[in-house]
Amino acid sequence: MSRLWRASPLTYLALVVAAGMSIFPIWWMFVVASRSSDAMGQLPPPITPGGNLGANISRLFDNTDAYFLTGLINSTIVAGTVTVSVVFFASLAGFAFAKLRFRGRNALLLVVIATMMVPTQLGVIPLYMLMTRLQWNDRLPAVIVPALVTGFGVFMMRQYAGQAVSDELIEAARMDGCGTARVFWHVVVPALRPAAAVLGLLTFMTTWNDFLWPYAVLNDPANPTVQLSLRALSDGYYQDMSQVFTGTAIATLPLLLVFVLFGRQIIGGIMEGAVKA
Amino acid sequence: MTVQLDARPPVVPTTGGHRRFSGRLSRLDTRLSPYLYIAPFFVLFAVFGVYPLVYTFWVSLHDWDLLGTDHPFVGAENYTRLLADVDFWHAVVNTLGIFVISTVPQLLAALWLANLLNRGLRARTGWRMAVLVPNVTSTAAVAIVFGVLFGREFGMVNWLLDLVGLDAVQWKSDRVASWVAISAMVDWRWTGYNALILLAAMQAIPRDLYESAAIDGANRVRQFWSITVPLLKPTIIFCVIIATIGGLQLFTEPRLFHSGTNPIRGGPLRESQTVTMYMFENAFAPHYNFGYGSAVAWLLFALIAIVAAVNVLVLRRLGGGPDARKGAAR
Repeated sequence: MSRLWRASPLTYLALVVAAGMSIFPIWWMFVVASRSSDAMGQLPPPITPGGNLGANISRLFDNTDAYFLTGLINSTIVAGTVTVSVVFFASLAGFAFAKLRFRGRNALLLVVIATMMVPTQLGVIPLYMLMTRLQWNDRLPAVIVPALVTGFGVFMMRQYAGQAVSDELIEAARMDGCGTARVFWHVVVPALRPAAAVLGLLTFMTTWNDFLWPYAVLNDPANPTVQLSLRALSDGYYQDMSQVFTGTAIATLPLLLVFVLFGRQIIGGIMEGAVKA
Repeated sequence: MTVQLDARPPVVPTTGGHRRFSGRLSRLDTRLSPYLYIAPFFVLFAVFGVYPLVYTFWVSLHDWDLLGTDHPFVGAENYTRLLADVDFWHAVVNTLGIFVISTVPQLLAALWLANLLNRGLRARTGWRMAVLVPNVTSTAAVAIVFGVLFGREFGMVNWLLDLVGLDAVQWKSDRVASWVAISAMVDWRWTGYNALILLAAMQAIPRDLYESAAIDGANRVRQFWSITVPLLKPTIIFCVIIATIGGLQLFTEPRLFHSGTNPIRGGPLRESQTVTMYMFENAFAPHYNFGYGSAVAWLLFALIAIVAAVNVLVLRRLGGGPDARKGAAR
């Protein structure tokens, strides 16, 4: 850590501007969400919240084109399932890559790293055909199953397991007659908990935000994820902007909540990942 | 495994057979467990990651659409048609334009922001959270919000331009202006994230390098350009590659920036239709032409590889700092 230069007032001024630009669009989203729809036509535009949030919310949930409540529930199911699965499989594989000796370990790890560079989004067409064959179109497994593992997760857990899991503890457990599965459960899992939390948060946010693949495969407007509900709202013939913004605000709220509660860990995860590789 | 052992009738306390059996089991455990533990990743990634990408190529060699019962092999026909397709090249230019307009200012701003954050600050975590918060918001939501901010009549951006005496800009129907608006969205989301990656690398630079430079009389700006930037080069290359892979596949932002009729075209005259949007338009609604869409996907794949390689080569040349070490990888 080199903290060479002290921050001048100018530094703070620049940071205030940067932070303001970061936060303003989010703030404004909540402002419009809490006003009536004629707020859109006002100049200068209003920048303080109004008292219409409740009315907007009830209109949003009554909107029969957006299926907003279904979208929220679906996104919770999808992001929750994917998060649990990614964290579990990444912990298993990360532990194996960091602490177990086996033939082909380094080559296979390189494959994992390479998968992070592959633009898998370009494979959506065969994926769509596959889902048609499995008859998963318009159903949640179509967006859950392809996301159950990520190379990024495996790599991150492997980096963390390398330094956080003590070899002595593993040896001791083996001496006591533990098989690999029990070593994983009783020694590795507790040690991996901090990294698992960060990976879980990042995975939840990415999955919650995912748009292209759900847009391709969930064509039934009555069964959307929350991002698809937003699309339906925004593409609507008659646009009621305060209602659309109420939707965007509610879709963003869980992410902001997670970020406010665990921001420090998320930042730590991103920055540590950057130096360690 | 322990369960199986315990289930054996405890007739003879310690026979040689028992010990040999449990020894064999434990050897089997050490040998097979690693593969068992990494298998879920490799199997699932093979089925849902690699196979679709490879199969895309196979599909691209056929005349294949959703409804047709047979799909004849047509060889390179989709590709030759695509190379002569004006709308495809239009999308390529849009994508590259948005990529350049967004990436260059984004990385410069991130470098500057990282430099600011690398000082003795009060409320360090607060500032870091403030610059990272755009990255955790919903992309679709933000695209809709920016679509309104850049609106023609009542958009806040045009209102601000008017305040300083400039003419209103047609952010949605002017081609280059729509690139700028979409780039603003991309930069808003990614500048803070890249700043934190660069900050992490900055903090790993040994302090005494700066001290000896200061003794030699180098001022702060000089130190930044001749110590910080060259040593950050691997990290900068990493950021550029990530930006290339993501930026050339850009979809959600331009798609939701536009609404109204046929927004998948990115505006009435395809002002900001990216290549991924063009792939989507052909492969899914309204055309459902899988073969042609797959050809678009593969050419985009090639484009990403080429641009990433060019970027790396150019960046290696520039500056001449140490670049043998592997860069920081996320």
